[in-house]
Amino acid sequence: MSGEIRHEWPLFEVFVRAKRGLNHVHVGSLRAADHEMAVHHARDLYTRRNEGVSIWVVRSDHIAASDPGEKAAFFEPSGDKVYRHPTHYTIPDSIPHI
Amino acid sequence: MAFDDAYRALTDHDDDARWAYGTGFADPFAGVPTELPAGVDPADLAAYCLMLGDDALIMSHRLQEWVTRAPELEDELALANIALDLLGQARLLLTRAGQAEGSGRDEDTMAFRREAAEFRHVCLAERADADFAHLVARLLVLSTWRLAAFDRLTASRDPMLAAVAAKGIKEITYHRDYAAQWVVRLGDGTELSHARMAAAAEAIAAPAGELFRPHEVEIRLAAAGVAVDPSTLRAEFDAVLGQVLTAATLDPHIFDTEMYAPADCGAAATMPPGPGAPGGRPPSGRDGEHTAALHDILTEMQSLARAVPGGAW
Amino acid sequence: MTTGEAVFTETIERDQRVEPADWMPDGYRRTMIRQIAQHAHSEIIGMQPEGEWITRAPTLRRKAILLAKVQDEAGHGLYLYSAAETLGADRGDLTRRLIEGRQKYSSIFNYPTHSFADVGVIGWLVDGAAICNQVPLCRSSFGPYARAMIRICKEESFHQRQGYELLLNMMSGTPAQRDMVQDSVNRWWWPSLMMFGPPDADSPNTAQSMAWKIKRHTNDELRQRFVDMTVPQAEALGVTLPDPALRWNAEREHYDFGQPDWDELRRVISGDGPLNRQRLARRRQADEDGAWVREAAAAHAARRSGVPA
Repeated sequence: MSGEIRHEWPLFEVFVRAKRGLNHVHVGSLRAADHEMAVHHARDLYTRRNEGVSIWVVRSDHIAASDPGEKAAFFEPSGDKVYRHPTHYTIPDSIPHI
Repeated sequence: MAFDDAYRALTDHDDDARWAYGTGFADPFAGVPTELPAGVDPADLAAYCLMLGDDALIMSHRLQEWVTRAPELEDELALANIALDLLGQARLLLTRAGQAEGSGRDEDTMAFRREAAEFRHVCLAERADADFAHLVARLLVLSTWRLAAFDRLTASRDPMLAAVAAKGIKEITYHRDYAAQWVVRLGDGTELSHARMAAAAEAIAAPAGELFRPHEVEIRLAAAGVAVDPSTLRAEFDAVLGQVLTAATLDPHIFDTEMYAPADCGAAATMPPGPGAPGGRPPSGRDGEHTAALHDILTEMQSLARAVPGGAW
Repeated sequence: MTTGEAVFTETIERDQRVEPADWMPDGYRRTMIRQIAQHAHSEIIGMQPEGEWITRAPTLRRKAILLAKVQDEAGHGLYLYSAAETLGADRGDLTRRLIEGRQKYSSIFNYPTHSFADVGVIGWLVDGAAICNQVPLCRSSFGPYARAMIRICKEESFHQRQGYELLLNMMSGTPAQRDMVQDSVNRWWWPSLMMFGPPDADSPNTAQSMAWKIKRHTNDELRQRFVDMTVPQAEALGVTLPDPALRWNAEREHYDFGQPDWDELRRVISGDGPLNRQRLARRRQADEDGAWVREAAAAHAARRSGVPA
């Protein structure tokens, strides 16, 4: 269209808490001019069917993420730390409450 | 994958922690008694329910006209939600009106079979929107008034009106907030949007006055503890509007003076005259006095229902 | 083969999802953006044919249903644009491509809605066909698309049912209403079959899309499923599907059916359908009419945060 400056609204990521006791879960994104608008839009877009009790929005460009190229270095070192898991330990069945 | 039922294929993705779909749509009116309150003229109660119901029905119609025309897709969702809320309120109130008059007229008979002069909404509801600024200005005025009225109606002696009001408050709070935010953004936006927002507020200031002029029905029912005398809503309305207009860098006193006259409704009245008003005061929308804008709305809204008598939908 | 390439290939082979930050072939990214964007455009343009009937709906219940349904379509368009944006696409840019006719949308929405029966038939046949197309997409190899499709399919489960219910009611109504339903079925049946795209033999992109697991079934497979699902529904409704060649084939255990007019499909796709111009004009008008509003909101937000727009 014309070459004038465009005022594109920034992108926000939306997180919805489905019910009390659950984490906020990422559900998608939307465009909004500001945070208030983003929360309003998130309510209209992502909770039309009673899906939520709480909403977080955050500007997409404010999210810092791990580098997928570093996936191996980031996540694999925890793969052999089996002693962090309760099933690693053998306890006789006769010992109660443990 | 299983395909006999298209939806079965979805079940292996069911993960409620991820998408907790809303359930438990309970009927908020279960157990609300439908008997009319003692000592109240049923015709008055019916008329009052039509006033509140028609405000919602006609405003919802104007919002429906924005579908596929909203300034941004996110606002399509928001405007549709507001239109749906108001439509839901209208259905309850038109049904209650039918119960009160004991005529057996249901919500659809009320919506699709009445003539223009039987509609009881204020003229602000039927006004066509010249642009988005007009829409949000009307929505701000109507929802601010309605929220104040519903707030008081939760104590109505009519249990059904009280229940409708209690449910409606949550909806209208959001409508008012949505409209207020847009009035502020447009008022305090660009030079162009400021001019358009100011023009819209100016254009609807006079017709807005109609909301606060009590009708005889409202006065009688308010005295009976059923309705609200709208003149008592003025202070709260002025305070809210003043705050929003100030934030929007607009004249906070636009709506202060009551300068309503029926001719301010907009298009020249080419309609057949309404039933008039008692006591020689000028007739208003609450009496069934409307502009050509309502004729356009009803021509559209009632066309199909009237074209297929006895149709099943 | 680079590491990224190897990981991508393995991800596809193991039927896992590709996520936005992963390495992917340029062709995959381009195909994905195009497919998701066209799907999003279809949802948005698809609001128009039914949207025209909201203000005329004959009962308040039908008005609420239709309004909620058209609203869902706007929502679905947004979920999909949101998925496309994870690949680096920009919604404003995609919208301009749509408005300028550089990206397509489903041709079905270029047909007019002549009566309220069309609202029912669109729900039953058009949404039914869309569901056949969309359910396999819930397992698309691209994660954000697959997740959006799961949500969309779940929400659309009411779309088809409300349409069929409306038709059931209309068939129990006046003779004029029954004629309205049959007339509507006659007009929408063939365009619905075309929604699955050209026959496999003429569908050059299918093989690559199947290999990348962007697509899970061929056009002809899905079309057959749709016909098999729909015929008993038509019988229960009491309408005739306008295809003299339609009959059960006991040997194949499928219905045989005639071929749509593929020349017509090509004409509609290339922009010569009954309402192509009107549909795009409406979308363009809304975008242009809304520009001052969007600019005002951006200016206001910038002023408040102290950052120039």
